[in-house]
Amino acid sequence: MSNFSTNVEASRFSRMWNSNMGYSFRRNPVAVVSLCIFAAIALMAIFAPLIAPFDPYDLSQIDIMNSEYPPVWIDGADKQFLFGTDDQGRDLWSTILYGTRLSLLIGLCAVTLQAFLGISIGLISGYVGGRLDSLLMRMADIQLSFSTLMVAIIFLAVTQAMFGSETFNQYAIYFLIAVIGVSEWPQYARTVRATVLAEKKKEYVDSARVLGFGPMRIMVRHILPNSLSPIFVISTVQVANAIISEASLSFLGLGMPPSQPSLGSLISSGFDYIFSGSWWITAIPGVILVVLVLVINLLGDWMRDVLNPKLYKG
Amino acid sequence: MNTNKPEKPLLDLQNVEKRFALDQGFLETIKMRGGKLIREKREVHAVNNVSLSVERGEALCVVGESGCGKSTVARLIAGLLTPSAGEIHYDGERIDNRSRHDLLPLRKKMQMIFQNPYASLNPRMTIQQALEEPVKYHTPSLTRAEVKDKVAEVMLSVGVDPSWSARYPHEFSGGQRQRIAIARALTVNPEFIIADEPISALDVSIQAQVLNLMLEAKEQRGLTYLFITHDLSVVQHFGTRVAVLYLGSVCELADTATLFENPKHPYTKALLSAVPQLKDDGPSHIRLKGEIPTPINLPLGCPFESRCAYANVRCETERPAAVQQPDGSLVACHAVEEDRLQD
Repeated sequence: MSNFSTNVEASRFSRMWNSNMGYSFRRNPVAVVSLCIFAAIALMAIFAPLIAPFDPYDLSQIDIMNSEYPPVWIDGADKQFLFGTDDQGRDLWSTILYGTRLSLLIGLCAVTLQAFLGISIGLISGYVGGRLDSLLMRMADIQLSFSTLMVAIIFLAVTQAMFGSETFNQYAIYFLIAVIGVSEWPQYARTVRATVLAEKKKEYVDSARVLGFGPMRIMVRHILPNSLSPIFVISTVQVANAIISEASLSFLGLGMPPSQPSLGSLISSGFDYIFSGSWWITAIPGVILVVLVLVINLLGDWMRDVLNPKLYKG
Repeated sequence: MNTNKPEKPLLDLQNVEKRFALDQGFLETIKMRGGKLIREKREVHAVNNVSLSVERGEALCVVGESGCGKSTVARLIAGLLTPSAGEIHYDGERIDNRSRHDLLPLRKKMQMIFQNPYASLNPRMTIQQALEEPVKYHTPSLTRAEVKDKVAEVMLSVGVDPSWSARYPHEFSGGQRQRIAIARALTVNPEFIIADEPISALDVSIQAQVLNLMLEAKEQRGLTYLFITHDLSVVQHFGTRVAVLYLGSVCELADTATLFENPKHPYTKALLSAVPQLKDDGPSHIRLKGEIPTPINLPLGCPFESRCAYANVRCETERPAAVQQPDGSLVACHAVEEDRLQD
């Protein structure tokens, strides 16, 4: 029996590789390059403690005398700091690695939270229908009528004032995940609801109902697996959005504290020095952020093209 | 089971009606008529006052043209829709007002086969998963090996090789998929199967195979069928009794042999005359004039009145009731009742 199941596993990979999606992936250089860059950034972020020459969170390794060294390719650089140092004398390369890690972590967790909320609400609202559907969708409309950043700024500013910045800085990452996660669920809920409405009219759902399965089982085991393609597409875009939101909030001083900088707070802290000639503190993390968001969006674009059957060309 | 009381029908529909609201929500019901705002709720009368019974072991065929409410009847019985009026009894117990939970024991007895085998199997589930799910759900006490055995047994009985069970539905042809859909219905050992045009989406060469498969299953498992179709040759081959539906009402209900030999209702006559015959040198089709009335504004009298050659004033104003004929068939027609069809 085990032999049988390994066969299935192997064929699953080859099926994926040979599927329409795999084929279109191999034929699309933009998608291949994007995935490579994204994988490289993600791997570097995951293995940051192994790659980074310094630990930016360790105060004993930071010397204020080292502050504002330029990157190595510019005159007056210190050889041990590849991308130079920031205003506090931290190695910028190490700080960027750790910051990317935080940004990605916040982005992914926030999107997981969004997806969980949005998919549950969308499934229930689409499948149950009626008054509950109207109620939930009006809630989504109300939520959408506030901009994400506005909600986030108000929420974070209030919590910061309530708990004091000491406590806030300690739990900043959770606050960020919660606020970005909660404020963007309607995107998911609307998309999922639309696909559920289309799927629930199909006969396999009737057949499941005739077999006596409960609504929970039908929603999760039958309808959800058939509504995954739009979920994949918005997930990629939402990860990019969440990273940007996090960076914007950190830039505004409502996100990660300077002692644990994400890409956004790094850009923000370097911004004070940009006119005194230390452009690298802002520019290098900025470029990383732009590249990261760009490749995620390009992957999302490609995925949308592939998963939209109307765009199949023969 | 329950063979000691054969007089009680397995399934009994009593004056079942189903209306679908056409205007949903308050705003849609407001209309302008002659410069006045009025509130009007339009409804589609899909099934009107249908009474049917299915005896144990028979295959009752429901025929009629498209839009006459055949599928709605099937869905009402299967519990996918709730009737607007009337009662449905299964094995002596009323089933149309029960909750999903109370219906669970019934689900093992009554199953449904759908029209389109391309849509009735979940595309993201392998055949094995699709067939295991109902078995595990309804008999959680079975061990994994027993479930596998059951699935293999059912697959063999419908002529699908159990070694294909790791495949997905899209890897099968339409006929094979319909076999798998039948297998899925059979996994819970039902005694009654509602088949909603199970062969109309299939290739003609496959239709016979699937029909014979269903007949075999009937013999082997003692099944009772409610078979919805619009194909009269299938009815002749498959059914023991036939109900002819027109605009949501039963116009004739008779044994298959009786109905084909001696159709009584003018609509049944027209329907049967439309079946192509091999010896068709002088076609004698009865041509019906006009269109089916809209099920939104049902005619007051007989639903067939607007197209019937024998209609008179009584047909226009009074809805005919089903009357038992000497040969046992039920016919809802004033003309038959008054015996004025012969002229």
